[in-house]
Amino acid sequence: MSDKYVGKRIKRTEDPRLIQGLGHYVDDIKLPDTLHVVFLRSMYAHARITGIDTSEAEHAPGVVAVYTGRDVVEKVGPVPCAGALPGLRVPDYRVLAKDKAVFVGQPVAAVVATDQYSARDALDLIMVDYEELPPAVDVEESANNGPVIYEEYGDNISYKLTAGEGDIEAALASSDHVIKQRVVHQRLAPVAMEGRGVLARYYPGEKELTIWSSTQIPHLLRTQLAIMLGIPENKLRVITPEVGGGFGSKLNVYAEEAMLGWISMQLGKPVKWIETRRENMQATIHGRGQVGYIEIGCKNDGTVTGLRYNVFADLGAYHQLLTPAIPTLTGLMLSGCYKIPAIQINITGVFTNKMSTDAYRGAGRPEATYVVERALDLVAAELGLDAVEVRRRNFPSPDEFPFKTATGLFYDSGEYEGALQKALDMAGYDQLRQEQKIAREHGKIIGIGVSTYVEICALGPSQAMPAGGWESATVRVEPTGKVTVLTGASPHGQGQETSFAQIVADQLGVPLEDVAVIHGDTSIVQYGIGTFGSRATAVGGTAVYIAVEKLKEKAAKIAAHLLKSDVSNVTFKEGRFSKQATRAAAAAGEVPEPVLPAGQAPAGALPEPDTEGNHISLQDIALAAHIAKDLPEDMEPGLSATYFFEPKNFTFPFGTHIVVVEIDRETGDLQFLRYVAVDDCGKVINPMLVEGQIHGGIVQAMGQALYEEVVYDEQGQLVTGTLMDYALPKASTTPWLELDRTETPTPVNPMGVKGVGEAGTIGATPAVVGAVVDALSPFGVRHLDMPIRPEAVWRIVNQQN
Amino acid sequence: MIPAQFDYVVASTLDEAVSLLAQHPDEAKVLAGGHSLIPAMKLRLAMPQILVDIGRIKDLSYIREEGGQIRIGAMTTHYQLQSSDRLREICPLLPETAAQIGDVQVRNKGTIGGSLAHSDPAADWPAVALALDAEIVAVSSKGERSIKASDFFVDLLTTSLEPGEILREIRVSPAEEKTGHAYAKVLHPASGFAVVGVAVSLTLDGGGACRNARVAITGVGSKAYRAEGVEQALTGRALDSAAIASAAAHATDGIDANGDLYASADYRRNLARIHTGRAIEAALARA
Repeated sequence: MSDKYVGKRIKRTEDPRLIQGLGHYVDDIKLPDTLHVVFLRSMYAHARITGIDTSEAEHAPGVVAVYTGRDVVEKVGPVPCAGALPGLRVPDYRVLAKDKAVFVGQPVAAVVATDQYSARDALDLIMVDYEELPPAVDVEESANNGPVIYEEYGDNISYKLTAGEGDIEAALASSDHVIKQRVVHQRLAPVAMEGRGVLARYYPGEKELTIWSSTQIPHLLRTQLAIMLGIPENKLRVITPEVGGGFGSKLNVYAEEAMLGWISMQLGKPVKWIETRRENMQATIHGRGQVGYIEIGCKNDGTVTGLRYNVFADLGAYHQLLTPAIPTLTGLMLSGCYKIPAIQINITGVFTNKMSTDAYRGAGRPEATYVVERALDLVAAELGLDAVEVRRRNFPSPDEFPFKTATGLFYDSGEYEGALQKALDMAGYDQLRQEQKIAREHGKIIGIGVSTYVEICALGPSQAMPAGGWESATVRVEPTGKVTVLTGASPHGQGQETSFAQIVADQLGVPLEDVAVIHGDTSIVQYGIGTFGSRATAVGGTAVYIAVEKLKEKAAKIAAHLLKSDVSNVTFKEGRFSKQATRAAAAAGEVPEPVLPAGQAPAGALPEPDTEGNHISLQDIALAAHIAKDLPEDMEPGLSATYFFEPKNFTFPFGTHIVVVEIDRETGDLQFLRYVAVDDCGKVINPMLVEGQIHGGIVQAMGQALYEEVVYDEQGQLVTGTLMDYALPKASTTPWLELDRTETPTPVNPMGVKGVGEAGTIGATPAVVGAVVDALSPFGVRHLDMPIRPEAVWRIVNQQN
Repeated sequence: MIPAQFDYVVASTLDEAVSLLAQHPDEAKVLAGGHSLIPAMKLRLAMPQILVDIGRIKDLSYIREEGGQIRIGAMTTHYQLQSSDRLREICPLLPETAAQIGDVQVRNKGTIGGSLAHSDPAADWPAVALALDAEIVAVSSKGERSIKASDFFVDLLTTSLEPGEILREIRVSPAEEKTGHAYAKVLHPASGFAVVGVAVSLTLDGGGACRNARVAITGVGSKAYRAEGVEQALTGRALDSAAIASAAAHATDGIDANGDLYASADYRRNLARIHTGRAIEAALARA
């Protein structure tokens, strides 16, 4: 394998088309005679639907059809939930509400018209009779004695689950200190730059349905839609064109995707729905949404003895694809990068009259990291120890790997002290603490936050996944020598068209430009799982890598045949196979005959492979494999290989983030003074892409720590329904990020890559909160809930509550 | 996010725009930079039947000096104001404020006239117009009139513009000798509008005491206002830190402060006081 591309800062080959506006997103695909769909959505969080009158809307100009719950409940299957937990209650989630609406934004009717304006105008003509019911909004209240959403269940509990190992009661009882803290992980909106969008086209003659959808999981979506719509899976094609970000919000199967398919099948015409930003805030999944109670026990020296986390998970009104599974990931990662002998999580999954929560960048793991990192800070505060020291005292040492946690995981590899020390050195930690001391004496409010995190990536072994955890790849060398890669992963902004091409170009010794990476079309690409859980490179990239190795084995056999040598005597370097000259032949000065003397080719025939004597290029082998006139006996023509990679374990990247903030005493405003991060995601294919992922992740974490919050009022109305109210972090509020890496390869895959998509979001949130809490520690503060707004800080500094 | 149906008319002259408004006094709305009206239309909070686009009228975008005044065309963009070297010399409050509005895209499209006419309670320009004692020139089929900024802002999203009137020009006086300006703003983390914005114009006398002060505040109440209590406390005083702080304490006198998710009324009052003090300090340093 050459090293021309892997490890290098190769510019994304995706970018020129995206930057110039030449990419094709769902809305850029224009089919003739397309009809447009607009959804009428519930304006109430909880209401009985006693009647719907669509007659006026049906006769509005441009309107082709209007559908309500009554039209579809028997025709379209329920929105699927893949989370399988013991005793899980799964409400019947229909694509349109029929008798009852259970969250603001729930689709109640669909209008189909010749253009989106006519469709939208007609929405106002649909008369829905609602009988308002009291809503379940607050998660704890809803768990205990709030209004019940599903009468048949008698309460709002979707499931209860206890997990963890070790005797937690004994561990806490034997601790020198037990510290308790309530923490809130507020609801967040993923806000991908491109919202959702669906275009569906049904050919009644061929009985074929094609769905273009902005999704992270084209194949899984195809399977689920086939079930929902009752169409054979081999007559359904899902295409994901450019996807403008997902952050987990498009790792799902949505009511609108099935509705569009069904409507197209009814009308025999293409139909399109493009989500508005307001719909995106209301009816695309939210993330986080946990209220939990931490109990951490420790010895006087800071050694942690046990951790219990009792959590109420705000699931929303329905389960989307992975809704109930997300809090279980929190349970899995509660050990952080520490040796904690006893861990227990008690999850209460609670239905509320809100949009579902589901996977959002990190998906349950940021919550875990936040819990354990806040808990370690609480231990440090309780014992008067430095936050770094407490962490150090609880790290497993590198020779303890694979390290088993009390949550049942085996961490693959880790060098936590190394990443921590590097970050401390970069930040000048001891000096920072000195400066903080002096600044405090001068009345300044400065805080330093430290987070040492580990995350679970490369999801994952199929045993641990609801629908397979492997990934697929096909690699072909075409007759002209160009290389085509089909990946079952479905990148939507991460840049794998570039990084996968880097891997393949180095393996095959071909120029990067000769490799095309194709994804996101179920009719072209073999079945795959998709892109989420920081898995695309570690699992999908590995599939590509192994497929190329398989392909090279075949190519070597052809090379040996054409060079009239033995496979064991053929070497491959920089795109060429070479016959090793035997000692006897070299002594005799023999020059081998060309294997395939070029004959008189008829017009239009492909050129003959050129063996260059003792060498033959991969391109010529590809040609020979396709012409198939002279191949080894019993060999299949063609030059391609497919591999489905099943990982044996997850991977566990880690790192240290250090944040320094200063607080304005008079206004409570926060300013970042430093941001230092050392991340270890194993072997790096493209440092620029890794940095981009870290940058974005950190900024999204700052969003949770300081700005973002999906707010529903007491009536279950969405208060933060537009980007004028929902505050996202901005470039102008982002400090310079000082990044570095350590590189601890994973043994889980041959390239040693771990995954990095979620690392920033996971590592940064507790570091930022820790810095603010540290700044305010002279005011007696040990914890603050997110988002930490300036007003809350001002009230603490000025003691006004 | 999908607006209701409307007719769209491009006016090529101001006369044409005025006569369109005269013909449709209730149905027509003027479209300037579109950064307030169009979002409102997309949410169907505004559903005008006719949009009269004045963006292609040639002589509505300018910054010139005439009759001892600075005259700014209504369609002058925030970016044009931000980047004017001449304004930086003769009325620095305008570029300083413009640079703090929205983001680059907003500044490239949004206009000072559109912002003033919309009178958003958290917009920046109303405070500046008040602090500069601006005159606002409106034109209608009945002719032209000049409105003092202090009479222009009536209430939430309401100005003294009559139906059929178009805001044509903003006139301000160049800064006198020994005058310092400043605009201090707390940005709303989502919208970028002012949670609090304080515009100060301060003129000193020969002895260094405050001869004249205009302090105007946006974001706090239902409309931008002159903080007269602050102005009175400053005028005639030598401005040391204590005098400034005690003057700034009057920033929200008599004002019913807004509260929202991001900043309660109490906190807003505090921000107004603190940033009034800071804006005065900055203006003083420049006087």
